[in-house]
Amino acid sequence: MLRVIMNALRTGVVTTRYPAELSVPPDRFRGAPVLRPGSSLPPPAVCPAGALSERHDAGRRRHVALDLARCVFCGRCAEDPWSGAVAMGRDFELAARCRDDLRIEVAADDVTVPAAGPAPDADVEAARASSEIHRVLGRSLHLRHLDAGSCNACDWELTALLNPVYDVRRLGIDFVASPRHADGVVVTGPVTRNLETAVRRTVEAIPDPRVVIAVGACAASGGIVGEGYASAGGVDRVLPVDVYIPGCPPRPEAIIFGILVAVGRLDARRPPREG
Amino acid sequence: MADLTLIDALRAVANGSVDADVGPRPSDVTVHLGRTGDLPAAVAVLIGPHSMALATVVATDETAMPDGDLKVRYVFESTVPGAPDQFVTLLISVDAVHPEVPSLTTMVPAANWHEREMQDLFGIVPVGHPDPRPLVVHDGWPQGVFPLRKAFDGSRRVPVEPAEEFPHLIAEGEGVFEIPVGPIHAGIIEPGHFRFTSVGETVLHLDARLFYTHRGLEKRMEGLSPLDAFYVAERICGVCSVAHGLGYCEALEQIASVDAPPRARLIRSIALELERLYNHIGDVGNVCAGASFHYGSATGMRLKERLQQMNERLAGNRFLRGLVVPGGVRLDLSDDLLAVLAATLKDTLAGLNGLMRHIETNPSVVDRLDDTGVLQHQVAVDLAVAGVAARASGVDRDARRDHPHGAFASPEPPALHVVTVSEGDAMARMTVRALEARESIRLVGEFVRRLKPGPLQVALAEPLPGGRIGIATIESARGEAVHWLRTDAGGRVDRYHLRSPSYHNWPAVALAAESAIVPDFPLVNKSFELCYSCTDR
Repeated sequence: MLRVIMNALRTGVVTTRYPAELSVPPDRFRGAPVLRPGSSLPPPAVCPAGALSERHDAGRRRHVALDLARCVFCGRCAEDPWSGAVAMGRDFELAARCRDDLRIEVAADDVTVPAAGPAPDADVEAARASSEIHRVLGRSLHLRHLDAGSCNACDWELTALLNPVYDVRRLGIDFVASPRHADGVVVTGPVTRNLETAVRRTVEAIPDPRVVIAVGACAASGGIVGEGYASAGGVDRVLPVDVYIPGCPPRPEAIIFGILVAVGRLDARRPPREG
Repeated sequence: MADLTLIDALRAVANGSVDADVGPRPSDVTVHLGRTGDLPAAVAVLIGPHSMALATVVATDETAMPDGDLKVRYVFESTVPGAPDQFVTLLISVDAVHPEVPSLTTMVPAANWHEREMQDLFGIVPVGHPDPRPLVVHDGWPQGVFPLRKAFDGSRRVPVEPAEEFPHLIAEGEGVFEIPVGPIHAGIIEPGHFRFTSVGETVLHLDARLFYTHRGLEKRMEGLSPLDAFYVAERICGVCSVAHGLGYCEALEQIASVDAPPRARLIRSIALELERLYNHIGDVGNVCAGASFHYGSATGMRLKERLQQMNERLAGNRFLRGLVVPGGVRLDLSDDLLAVLAATLKDTLAGLNGLMRHIETNPSVVDRLDDTGVLQHQVAVDLAVAGVAARASGVDRDARRDHPHGAFASPEPPALHVVTVSEGDAMARMTVRALEARESIRLVGEFVRRLKPGPLQVALAEPLPGGRIGIATIESARGEAVHWLRTDAGGRVDRYHLRSPSYHNWPAVALAAESAIVPDFPLVNKSFELCYSCTDR
């Protein structure tokens, strides 16, 4: 016993100070892809998850859009021959309250970045929900994890939130065993057919007001799984979602960011838009 | 070419025609049985005198081909340590209108789930199966709809219908009661339903219902370019990302007749060992959590976190996604990163040794693990159990040696020490994990020493060759995974099937739990540490 205590003391404090201090991911980390307006943007077929799309406007200009909710951060669109047009950025704080906030569109031959943000009504609604949650729940949040058919990568990152390095309990966040004890739910996976009933029942068992946080590409949009005979193609096909956290999987700090956005302690990511 | 004795023996027991071919790989044999009724006799030859075990079963819908049949391939492999790397495939044609095959389950218990899966997804009925309940599809799945048939459009949702309770074995008697657990569990774990039948704390019977995370990924990959489908294969399972990505790539590279360059093979094997390492060390910590030894679980989590942070530096992803790609690897290991790797592994080894000392000298932990959740050697053999669970029950199998892949498939592969112990309990599984983690650290050092400058990738030209089969076997952290891939006439994915190690191991968990008490189930389960997602797909 004494040896255990001695060892624990020798190890010291390993806990990160995120979000009070900035977290800088390593050089190779693949965060949000940055599309450079120009003619050599990749065709949609490059993306294995279907996150890229294109359209031609009235002036026959090609627009390429990236849906961060679908992106699996594989880096394929930033490989040759498109490496000049797309770069994998290192931004990981991507959580948003609106699915549309995760859409980035650029014109292929122009530098303008058209607005792709939500309608003003949605902004008002999101702010109202945020303040209501904040009022009722205060700054603390007890969450239930709900695996809706994930590959387990997002689940293991949620587990990592409880390890000595991220230790989210220091932020008043904890994971509880029963939905009855929870203020909200973190959902991973695209909602499989075999889990749809269990997902609905679990969320219904959580008292109102409750937050629903979709963690990772599958939960946020169906991701690489998409919609199919066994998959609903994302949590919002089954239930209303309050916060979307992109990533495949999102790193633990990206999940912390998203949870803090959900309780209104941090501001969500907003897409860049025209002045 | 395969032993002629084997083919002669198969001819001797069959009443119908027996055609033998080389393939899928040059060292393999495929034997086409003219009559499905000959299957049990042929299988008896393989599992009896030739000491083979079932590696995988792959059903395919070939109704668009000239003979218009469904086909089933039963793939066997040798269980003799040191036997050549060979798969023997028994191939039968099944009439699409009355699809029936003789069930092998009573003779080969490992065939149980394969046959039930084939019934659910292809409508191929295993006649004489002792337990033909649905396995993969739940909740009012429509009758007569088979999602892996080619005529089925897999891109649309099939609505959930109200369903009756999960059909399971019901025991009656004084003091017998049922405990339903899951699919949603009281922790951050994957979904599965466990129905315990118990008397007091003693488990009489455990029925596990899985496939909650069945996403239809094999159907999802059909029709894609094999280079696009890779990204799906890499995402079948989070903690097996390297293993499954690599297995898919090796199967695809066989089809394309290309070899990954030597440097790429070494980097692939480094990644595979790093995946094993973070899993094994995390699992040692999780077993401590199951035994209420919190210092151990916190230390395991801390060591695992350090390894995953290193993964992110090496590959840009904490699960090492985006390192292995078809044809080689996408990223090189620079000298700076190799220095990070060496330093991290040195600290990890010290940390692991310290943790194991604390566990082994702590009677309250050892007492929980000793004799808990015993998997008998013969059960492990019968169920073709893989990986740590098999080696902890004295089964000397490791795909890195038995089916060399990555750097083990190079001309002078490094020696591999395959760890086996015989007790078969939770302590044995933890011991094997700790020893294998040390072996992984040693192997990474060996692979790094062998790195020489050279190319990282060979190009795979599209379209890929049509109508070819690739088969690859990878020793993942959980055990042997068998990947089977075939291209269609246009070189796109016609059928991909993954038999994960967890697929063969889950039935063993239920049996091991029956030797334990209900409160020990979490510990037994953690000591096996299986994936739901790569079982369910």
